[in-house]
Amino acid sequence: MTERTMKPTASKRRPRAYGADRFFQDFGLVLIFVVVVGVLVVLSPGAFARPANLIGIIKQASINGVLAMGMMFVIISGGIDLSVGSIVAFTGVVAASLAHPGAYPLALTIIAPIVLGAAIGAVNGASVAYGRIPSFIVTLAAMIVFRGAALIACDGSPVFGVSGAFEDIAGGFVRDVVPYLAIYFALVALASAFILKMTVYGRRVYAIGGNPVAAGVSGINVRALQTSVYAISGALAGFAGLLLASRTVSGSPTAGEGYELNAIAAVIIGGVSMSGGVGHWYGPVIGALLIAVIGNGLDILNVSSYYQLVIQGLIIYFAVLADVRSKGGLR
Amino acid sequence: MTSPLLEVRGIAKSFNRNPVLQDVSLSVGRGEVHAVMGENGAGKSTLMKILMGMISADAGEILLEGRPVSLRDPRAAMDLGLAMIHQELSPVLDMEVAENVFLGREIRRFGAGPLGVVDLGEMRRACQELFDRFSILIDPCVCMRDLSVAEMQLVEIVKAISTSAKIVIMDEPTSAITEREVAILFRQIDALRAHGVSIIYISHKLDEIFRIADRISVMRDGVMIVSDVASAFTRDSIIRAMVGREITNFVPKATVPIGEAVLTVRNLTWKKRVRDVSFSARAGEILGIAGLVGAGRSEMVETLFGIRRASSGEILIHGRPERIRSPGEAIRHGLALVTEDRKTTGLNLLGTVEENISLAAIGRVARFGLIRKGKEHVWAEDSIETLRIKTLSRDALVSSLSGGNQQKVVLAKWLMTTPEVIILDEPTRGIDVGAKRDIYLLIGELARQGKAVIVISSELIEIMGLADRILVMAEGRMTGELKRDAFSQERIMELATPSNEVRP
Repeated sequence: MTERTMKPTASKRRPRAYGADRFFQDFGLVLIFVVVVGVLVVLSPGAFARPANLIGIIKQASINGVLAMGMMFVIISGGIDLSVGSIVAFTGVVAASLAHPGAYPLALTIIAPIVLGAAIGAVNGASVAYGRIPSFIVTLAAMIVFRGAALIACDGSPVFGVSGAFEDIAGGFVRDVVPYLAIYFALVALASAFILKMTVYGRRVYAIGGNPVAAGVSGINVRALQTSVYAISGALAGFAGLLLASRTVSGSPTAGEGYELNAIAAVIIGGVSMSGGVGHWYGPVIGALLIAVIGNGLDILNVSSYYQLVIQGLIIYFAVLADVRSKGGLR
Repeated sequence: MTSPLLEVRGIAKSFNRNPVLQDVSLSVGRGEVHAVMGENGAGKSTLMKILMGMISADAGEILLEGRPVSLRDPRAAMDLGLAMIHQELSPVLDMEVAENVFLGREIRRFGAGPLGVVDLGEMRRACQELFDRFSILIDPCVCMRDLSVAEMQLVEIVKAISTSAKIVIMDEPTSAITEREVAILFRQIDALRAHGVSIIYISHKLDEIFRIADRISVMRDGVMIVSDVASAFTRDSIIRAMVGREITNFVPKATVPIGEAVLTVRNLTWKKRVRDVSFSARAGEILGIAGLVGAGRSEMVETLFGIRRASSGEILIHGRPERIRSPGEAIRHGLALVTEDRKTTGLNLLGTVEENISLAAIGRVARFGLIRKGKEHVWAEDSIETLRIKTLSRDALVSSLSGGNQQKVVLAKWLMTTPEVIILDEPTRGIDVGAKRDIYLLIGELARQGKAVIVISSELIEIMGLADRILVMAEGRMTGELKRDAFSQERIMELATPSNEVRP
């Protein structure tokens, strides 16, 4: 069908002309984000647009954003990772336990949760890749196991008494303005963008998500690659666990509940296909920001938290609906 | 003169403002086998989808037995007596054959509608009856997944015919089945014709068309070019109508000096499907592998390429024994395999043309793990030009290309790996005449460059035209080798037909 558009008679039509539909496909999400922010600025200029509030939003979005970046790798590769919320809790408890003043060097308290998260992720990934167990099931099991492990690690009660340096990891500011959290999120997002867009590795993540059989036949080690994306997701979940523990100045075994779903929501709102192979890095970034902005805006507008849940659910629903539509319907 | 069974008048359809059908009319008489021909992208499939209610036309009308009908959805089309055998099969793999045949019209023990209780026993019995009638040797109780592509195709054909349709649309029904099965199909078509059932038959194979068609219609670029009784056409006039220019179908065989053995396979065995296969492929040689579908040809090359793990056997590259345990290792040893089914094993259909072209050889356009976009663009553009891939741009989704051009993308991907041995498994299946010719030329060119080319094909004419030497397989074994001067269809079929030896 496309062949005929090459014919001289059809060339007048300029089929690739950058029309409204393509604009919405590429930048629809950005547009929605701008509109939402604009509406909130108009409705509540005093409260919403205050610098302190905006910084609060970014801090709010950061931890979910870091998780969403890892989730994005897994989803593009054709899988899903439900374990990240529990990994946040488990690694957070571990980080806080290591962070008693004078107990261990700060570097260890930073590296340990990340390495631990990566290891858990690698086991998840290997189970999917080599064990051929569906990712939903592997990571569902891991989600339950590591929630339990978090409770065991601290005997059920949160770990307090962390050092000031540990508190500064997430609580600090650059020049008293830019929160460290925002910088971590930005760095993780940029690194993810770089890997997905520029590297052979990134290209292969898309390839195994698009058609794992063709990727394998083309000489790609599909299993090793699958294992690695879960390791990335796990490492970022460990990092998020560290940040959450630092931010809340404690390691709580019940922290991070439902975080996996928020991360998935950010990725989906960001237009990444749940069936794998398709998606841009900036989608989940905006998705995470949008979730935080809407939550904050609804708070400011005094919308009850019950209604907030309904609204957030509907946003996910319509985001995906719009995405399906813009890609040519349900076929 | 009665009114035609089916009449299509002035159908038009556009996608994204690109017209794919313009004022198309078609008239099919009762008990007529009506061949619809055209290159991929000519609009045949779109027309058929409209007839099956899968998409709706922008303009025009469809008359059945003289009455205008509305084909809102596939259900409506089926109820009106239209049935279609799809080119891309869509069986439910985890269901039994019988369940597939009666999918959507299950036989119920009691009750009605979705709550009725399915009578599996009766469905199996009815299915066996159908198979008996068509002399098909498939067990209705086995899982669909365990059938070969050819067997699945036969099941689909039986399914379509058994809906007591007045019109059966067959989209490339013989693309995956053997000569013997084609004969069964044609007998069935004759029987249907005798019962007044009309057949719309889509195919690229000219021989077939002349064997069975009563009328022939040719489409090009969304327009009906010509429609007449079959006897009014010649091979050349059809090709001319299809491509709109003179084209010779046969590519002269180039004589290339044949060099050393590049690849030698000794006693390669994979389970019971590939048994003790030995051969060698030489530089500059085109080696054909013939055999019936299911003879183990694809399994053999997949084992060779490390997709399947060989049970035993030896592979020598330039005389040195090498171990190939994965496609990655095969590629490093200079092998390339253009697999049989481009959709499931050849392409990432979600990716662009460029991404697919550079997939297997991405290391060559990268440095320190970073893709050098500029170089990648140049190489992709280069491939698009030399292989004459018709695409809007290198950024177009590969799924938007026609079958022939998708196949060229798969070829481009493998040529990027600069292989010494290139294996092509059914490289021209389901692609149009123009693209076929391009691929024949390319195969000749590869041989001229001194590569060892191995071509698996079920089309005897094709393989006899291309190859310097043909190996024949049957039941996993190599049953014979023919030099070019000894090629004959009879001899190949003889070697390809399984002997009566008792299976182990």
